[in-house]
Amino acid sequence: MAITLKINGEEKSVEAPPDMPLLWAIRDVLGMTGTKFGCGVASCGACTVHVDGEPTRSCQAQVGDLEGAEITTIEGLNSDVAAAVQSAWADLDVVQCGYCQSGQIMSAVGLLTENAKPTDEDIDSYMWGNVCRCATYTRIRAAIHEASKRMEA
Amino acid sequence: MNIKTTRRAFLQGATAAAGALVVGLTPKGSWAAAHGGEFMPNPFVKIAPDGKVTVVLKHFEMGQGTSTGLSTLLAEELDANWDDVETEFAPADTGTYMNTLMGVQGSGGSTAIANSYMQYREAGAAAKSLLVQAAAAEWGVDAGEIEVKDGMVSHGSNSASFGDLVGLVPDGATPNPQLKDPSAFTKIGADKLSRKDSRAKTNGTATFAMDVMPEGVVFAVLQRSPKFGGTLTSFDATAAMEVEGVVDVKETPVGVVVYATNTWAAMKGREALTTEWDFSNAETRSQDAMEAEYAEALDRAEGLAAKAEGDAAGALEGAANTIEAEFHFPFLAHAPMETLNSVVQIKDGKAQCWDGCQFHTVTQGAVGAVSGVGPENTAIETVYAGGSFGRRANFSSDYEVEATMAAMALGDGRPVKLVWSREDDVRGGYYRPMTKHRVRAGVDADGNLVGWHSIMANKSIFKGTPMGEAVIVNGVDLFSVEGVADTEYAIPNMEVTLHDMETAVPMLWWRSVGHSHSGYAMEVAMDMAAEAAGRDPVEFRQDLLANAPRSLGVLNLAAEKAGWGGDLPEGWGRGVAVHKSFNTHVAQVAEVSVTDGKVKIERIVAAVDCGVPVNPDVIRAQVEGAIGYGLSHVMRQKITFTDGEVDQSNFPDYEPLRISDMPKIEVHIVPSSEAPTGIGEPGLPPAGPAVANAIYDAMGKRVMHLPMVDDGIEFS
Repeated sequence: MAITLKINGEEKSVEAPPDMPLLWAIRDVLGMTGTKFGCGVASCGACTVHVDGEPTRSCQAQVGDLEGAEITTIEGLNSDVAAAVQSAWADLDVVQCGYCQSGQIMSAVGLLTENAKPTDEDIDSYMWGNVCRCATYTRIRAAIHEASKRMEA
Repeated sequence: MNIKTTRRAFLQGATAAAGALVVGLTPKGSWAAAHGGEFMPNPFVKIAPDGKVTVVLKHFEMGQGTSTGLSTLLAEELDANWDDVETEFAPADTGTYMNTLMGVQGSGGSTAIANSYMQYREAGAAAKSLLVQAAAAEWGVDAGEIEVKDGMVSHGSNSASFGDLVGLVPDGATPNPQLKDPSAFTKIGADKLSRKDSRAKTNGTATFAMDVMPEGVVFAVLQRSPKFGGTLTSFDATAAMEVEGVVDVKETPVGVVVYATNTWAAMKGREALTTEWDFSNAETRSQDAMEAEYAEALDRAEGLAAKAEGDAAGALEGAANTIEAEFHFPFLAHAPMETLNSVVQIKDGKAQCWDGCQFHTVTQGAVGAVSGVGPENTAIETVYAGGSFGRRANFSSDYEVEATMAAMALGDGRPVKLVWSREDDVRGGYYRPMTKHRVRAGVDADGNLVGWHSIMANKSIFKGTPMGEAVIVNGVDLFSVEGVADTEYAIPNMEVTLHDMETAVPMLWWRSVGHSHSGYAMEVAMDMAAEAAGRDPVEFRQDLLANAPRSLGVLNLAAEKAGWGGDLPEGWGRGVAVHKSFNTHVAQVAEVSVTDGKVKIERIVAAVDCGVPVNPDVIRAQVEGAIGYGLSHVMRQKITFTDGEVDQSNFPDYEPLRISDMPKIEVHIVPSSEAPTGIGEPGLPPAGPAVANAIYDAMGKRVMHLPMVDDGIEFS
């Protein structure tokens, strides 16, 4: 059946059963590949998107529950917070393999939207669910602090 | 028009002093053929009329920074403007893009920069010399008086960009590469040169194999034997075919493939599948039985002699004080963030494989052979790899072969994308070998280390592979005992005995290979020996490394930077480890705190000597990452078995390091003019033992059974 999803401000018709996880609808049905599959059990955060502004694990959100919701993926980030995060990420060369980083960035934008001046403890607590097997964690912390500074400027 | 005719005709490698490749050019036809198109003077670089410089990467990028590193080498000698430099992955073409340290096209053993250091510099210098000749002819001036800087070529009042010159290289021009003196480097060694893959990886546009979905793609998952070595006897696909989106189910030599219109439907279809297996040749033991066999092996007198120097038994007999330590290291899965997957299309007598390809030659051969079209008709398109840690470098090209078999079984020419779930990844084998290692060491009355006997039990990685013959000597897989048998410590009487174990569970190199366990055993036992000698752990090691100046150098640097011997807060401990791997020397000092019995890893100070530091910031990143990857397994990761089936399934029970576990890390790089050596792996081996030695300093407990949570350590 066709379900209408509002993704990055655009309404898209998705042919999918209502229990299909948003992750697979975004990736395999719509072909938007910035959002990643990492574990399928909400344990790694690679699939993080924003649903009505809240970081959400898209592998656990079913498309049938999302009609009318504002869904934002890495491709649709355009806030000032997101610009600060993405520029800090690039300038500090946070990435290694890069596969988890869309999810890391979606979570970091969520954190800085809620809390513009997080401490290391705030970061560790908020970002705990985003795994990076390359262990870029020290740079993720640094980039979030840097983005916080850029937001003030 | 593109002058691709020169692409294959080009490389004439000749081994010069120090193993450097001399790049020669054999242009086919006129350089003027470049008019209107890209100028590709050799297989490693293309320059477009708009000035864009594309570096062709013979190595894949799994995050280790090779796209930045190889670009740095080439752009340094070309004197390109860094912002104009882009990268693309080379096709599979062993003759042109061989890893000169491996003999195949592929990445591994932390060799990417080491084997490319001269080659990519020569390629950049060769290209520059042709642009200079073009400018000299155009301006009627002496080529020797022309200056090149940041993508601009100039002489007096004349100047031109690279792009202006690509169509003007004169007929018959011969490259005349002249390498810079290192004192003239502006990019190699620059403290910070932006990564070439940062932007695409921060806006979601970087393409991984998982993102490759060619027109008509069919998504597939594979039901493998639940025990290693099992074979399929029957299956029932009735229920699977009823799942919405499932389009087909086929038997292949590696298991049953479920095909669907999307990955999720394929996974659901697989859950609905019923399969029966014959386990008569399978590994059916449980963990206790396997460990008991390894433990029993350590007690057997006979074994393979990996090293016998002096009289270890006699030295231990006569020692004033001895220590004995028995270490356990579990099987480990690599668990890269991007689960294994590739897309294979077989059509019209040709095969195409999209892959985060680590072993191009091997995969091209395997896909070509299995599909029947032959390697010469097999193209590999390499895309970014979402981590590997060794897993994607496999002599059997296991996951690419599975995708090939899935495409063949479907048989209609459509591209098939075979995806591993995280459960497939954790349970799919090719693990770091489980290892037991007993050390006995003795010190004399003056506190000198006088004897050492290591007995190790693990399964060879290389036995049965094409490289086995080269690295298995008198039955000893050198990778089973590396880091022990080849230690730099001057131990006067040293014996290393190996027991080569058997299991149907497949083994593979896991970031730092044998060093992933040997570094831990060596450095914890070394601390115990220092204690038995009544000496400071750093000072004890300094004596034993007196003739190993580079290891001694990093040990001293790490100790100095960490404030070795200085005060620590109440309840804290400090530990040191030093280990050489992949020709790189790394020392680390770890600090831990203990609160209410719970350990927190607070800080690690690392010192590294990897020869010429090509990209210091990439080196820092690799050491940070290797420490984090290493701490994952040291703290709590393991793969265990019940009746031959893997107990773990996904991240909740194969728990990776998380941001809250990550200590503060400082990396200090030793300035060096020696040839560059590996950096992807060497940061890992010292991290675990430095932490273990710090825990001992804080709590008085020696941790010898990994992961540490299995040895009574609780982390906060």
